[in-house]
Amino acid sequence: MPTRTALYERHLAHGGRMVDFAGWEMPVQYTGILDEHRAVRETVGLFDISHMGEFFVSGSGATAWLDGLLTNRVAKLAVGEAQYTLMLNERGGVIDDLIVYRLGDEEYLLIVNAAKIDEDAAWLSTHALDGVTFTNRSDEYSAIAVQGPIARGVFETVFGTALSTDRNRVAAISFGGAEGFVVTTGYTGEDGFEIVIPNPVASALWDALITAGAKPCGLGARDTLRLEMGYPLNGSDLSPDRTPLEAGLGFFVDLSKDDFIGKAALVAQKESGLPARLAAIAVTEKSPPIRPHYPVLVNGEVVSETCSGALSPSLGHGIAMAYLPAALAKIGQSVEIEVRGKRYPGSVVKKPFLKRD
Amino acid sequence: MNVPDDLKYAESHEWIRVADGIGTVGITDHAQAELTDIVFVEPPKVGVTFAGHNAVAVVESVKAASDIYTPVSGEIVEVNPALDGDPALLNTDPFGDGWIFKIKLSDPAELDALKTPEEYRAQISE
Repeated sequence: MPTRTALYERHLAHGGRMVDFAGWEMPVQYTGILDEHRAVRETVGLFDISHMGEFFVSGSGATAWLDGLLTNRVAKLAVGEAQYTLMLNERGGVIDDLIVYRLGDEEYLLIVNAAKIDEDAAWLSTHALDGVTFTNRSDEYSAIAVQGPIARGVFETVFGTALSTDRNRVAAISFGGAEGFVVTTGYTGEDGFEIVIPNPVASALWDALITAGAKPCGLGARDTLRLEMGYPLNGSDLSPDRTPLEAGLGFFVDLSKDDFIGKAALVAQKESGLPARLAAIAVTEKSPPIRPHYPVLVNGEVVSETCSGALSPSLGHGIAMAYLPAALAKIGQSVEIEVRGKRYPGSVVKKPFLKRD
Repeated sequence: MNVPDDLKYAESHEWIRVADGIGTVGITDHAQAELTDIVFVEPPKVGVTFAGHNAVAVVESVKAASDIYTPVSGEIVEVNPALDGDPALLNTDPFGDGWIFKIKLSDPAELDALKTPEEYRAQISE
């Protein structure tokens, strides 16, 4: 029996088509994925992301503890700032990608992937440190993402104040007498914000955001939006057998830190050379939508398979990501993607697929 | 859901309209609503002969690919050229401009085994 978020009744009321996603009963769409995708690119949409996990970390030594568990440098965050980071196993493989928000000097909020809440929590508990408190409060909090070029107008209407113009910020916020957080992060490539708020006020906030002009959007549009930006999805593009260096996420890995779990493996991999790289592939002829696990060929030989793919609603052509042998993962490399026995030409391109001004 | 009275239906949600031994086939309004935004149609090849209830075409929405079955046996004589540029015709006009292929029936008696509009309405209201 999948879990329902506090917004479940709202999804039904809006005609949401409910599907099982990582054990959660979530809307894949309401009016249609293309329609919702367009709303986020052109105006503003909102997403229930309550299935994602909220962890709180606090206590003397919290910063150093997180720096030993995550790839990016937590210590460089000022209070009120956030960063994308990864949690690795000892082999340097990805357990999860997450965002760390610095709430206080030694106080943090971590937002993790729904499918990895239990595994992440177990990993952090296994590495517990005296004096640092780690609490999984995923069941108490809802989260709503509001994304699109006019998202900040929605924020001002609902909260009566201006949204930070800086990306990757976190601030306390109250709504309906409940205390939560507003963060300027997102997974669509658009301007916008996300609200983390206790479950009892989630439905009222959802309604207020819609009244202010945001259109309900499902996980289908969330996936096409993130893929157009080349953002990886854990479980598809990231795995315990691939390092963040292979995934092209070296920017979020600070190898100058004293140590963190997985660092030795990354250093060794960097010295010996990466075996593969996650490549962005644009299909150059009309093709069916590209989906995961389609064969990728170079010179007629299968060299890999797609891990994510779509028919880009904004660009109108197929897009995909695949781990290619490092020598082939070069911008401009010609490839073919096979769909039902037919091969469609494409080439490796620079991310994001959708270029912004 | 619209279920026109002048058509026959397959349990797999295709409709067929027969005139002069040629059947025009598409998917139903119910099917297009379930599939959602259709973004690609791979039609059958003209001149190929299929037995009834075989998969002959593929319709793809943003999220999934679905096989389309021919309700009857016969030879494909025409495919809808408009779908190449505008696959969403399956969503906007499933019983009209969104037809997928035409098939020359090899055994018109097969039509008797297909569902009537009443039977198909009962199926989709279950």
